[in-house]
Amino acid sequence: MSALALALRQVRYENRAFWRNPAAAFFTFVFPLIFLVIFNLMFGTEEITIAGGQTASGSVFYVPAVVAMSVVNSCFTGLAMSLSVARDGGLLKRTRGTPLPAWAYFAGRVLHVTLVMLLLVVIVTVAGALAYDVDVPGRTLPAALVALLVGGAAFCALGFAVCTIVPNAEAAPAVVNAIVLPLLFISDVFIPPDNAPAWLTDVANLFPVRHLSVALQTAFNPFEQGNGFEWLALAVVAAWGLAGVAFALRRFSWEPRR
Amino acid sequence: MTEPAIHVRGLRKRYGDVEAVAGIDLDVARGEVFALLGPNGAGKTTTVEVLEGYRERSAGEVRVLGHDPARGERAYRERIGIVLQSTGVEPYLTVEETVAMFGGYYPRPRPVAEVLEVVGLVEQRRTRVRRLSGGQQRRLDVAVGLAGDPELLFLDEPTTGFDPGARRQAWELVRRLRALGKTVLLTTHYMDEAQQLADHVAIIARGRLVVVGTPEALIAANPETAITFVLPAGVMPPFELGAAHDGGGAWRIASVEPARALHALTAWALAQGLPLDALDVCRPSLEDVYLQLTGAGCDEGASAASLGVEDAHG
Repeated sequence: MSALALALRQVRYENRAFWRNPAAAFFTFVFPLIFLVIFNLMFGTEEITIAGGQTASGSVFYVPAVVAMSVVNSCFTGLAMSLSVARDGGLLKRTRGTPLPAWAYFAGRVLHVTLVMLLLVVIVTVAGALAYDVDVPGRTLPAALVALLVGGAAFCALGFAVCTIVPNAEAAPAVVNAIVLPLLFISDVFIPPDNAPAWLTDVANLFPVRHLSVALQTAFNPFEQGNGFEWLALAVVAAWGLAGVAFALRRFSWEPRR
Repeated sequence: MTEPAIHVRGLRKRYGDVEAVAGIDLDVARGEVFALLGPNGAGKTTTVEVLEGYRERSAGEVRVLGHDPARGERAYRERIGIVLQSTGVEPYLTVEETVAMFGGYYPRPRPVAEVLEVVGLVEQRRTRVRRLSGGQQRRLDVAVGLAGDPELLFLDEPTTGFDPGARRQAWELVRRLRALGKTVLLTTHYMDEAQQLADHVAIIARGRLVVVGTPEALIAANPETAITFVLPAGVMPPFELGAAHDGGGAWRIASVEPARALHALTAWALAQGLPLDALDVCRPSLEDVYLQLTGAGCDEGASAASLGVEDAHG
């Protein structure tokens, strides 16, 4: 079997195990959908100022915000947690002792979380269109897809990187959430931008979550006149992704930590 | 003579200042069960991990099935199976799916049903891994190691933590593997396990090979029979019996002439009117050899050379 076929085969097994694991399926998959419903129930009809400076309904903000959260949750949180568990359970070490090429194994894992991410994004987007009247304008569709692609790749890389600083599998949820939750709060995901003091936004701008959220906000903005590409934001996200790759390559370990 | 499955000369592995493996020679023939014995920290696992390709050696020559494991070649990994100490499987897949997944990594996997038959998990084939008992999970570990139909299987402490019944089953499994023509390199710290299963045994202590041989040859090289007994408090056996405290409140005589020693002991006891409680006469076991060679405070000069059993191997 070719290594590519092996990677695709790995996706099938990852996928099967994922959906059978209630904790993984819930926190990675159901969580963003719950947030979508709650935020829209609470703030969906409120008039707010969106990233482009225009005034729109809360849903215009929250649909792309939950799309960004979906990317972070499935690619970053999902990958960092499942890799930590696989490493400390000895699954990575065991897999390394087989003829399966390392890249095929990790490609399988990355493809799996990418599929989860895409499924989430489709659900959120369709729900946004049907229930909350939020459409991705056709003109900015390429910008939305590129943002998803760059964001997905970067947050997968960061998932690998963070796995290397997780001391053991039991600590994985604490470490990962300690990183993700504050970022989601300050990065125009849970709370619209006009509520934050300027210095907090400056802090958020150092990290990739806000840039991904901004890129998606623009692509979903009904008033957007251009093609919706936020090149600077995408460049920051990509830079974080490359840093994540470099960090993971230096520090990644197949061996369980005790 | 065909090339041995494992050929090691002068293997050394240092971690900083610590030499975990300090010069080991090994030859494992194809189709045999070879046991590596030693206390924790003796260098067993390090040695095996070098052979498996997980660690790079600091020095020495290593050939396994004609490959150098340090090169991490796919062709090498296609021919070996590794059963680590920790259970590394996905808990939410079924037994059958797990074996099929790992089997798929190899060019000529053994059919899943056959693998499950060998390890005795046919009835659990549709059970999710997380619902298996500890012993069943360990058998699944072996099944995963067998999935690619390897020529050589590494079994790292396969029965640690097993109850006696589960251990017997695991032993039966290892015997079945040998019947299939597999070479098995087993590490264990159970002497009886090595005595039951292994064609050859190597004892490692402090990073060095202390002795290699068949279990029978190792025992034969240590021909002292142990005679143990208990005396009332304050009573000392006469000096010429050569008895020593065994550390547990009993006395012990080690003798190459058990009939003579026993006769002298019982004659003395009868004359003194002593009952000789808990009198026991034991022929040596591998455990005695092992304790003599690895035990703390034992004579470090007791080496393979002085036992003269090296020739028994190979």
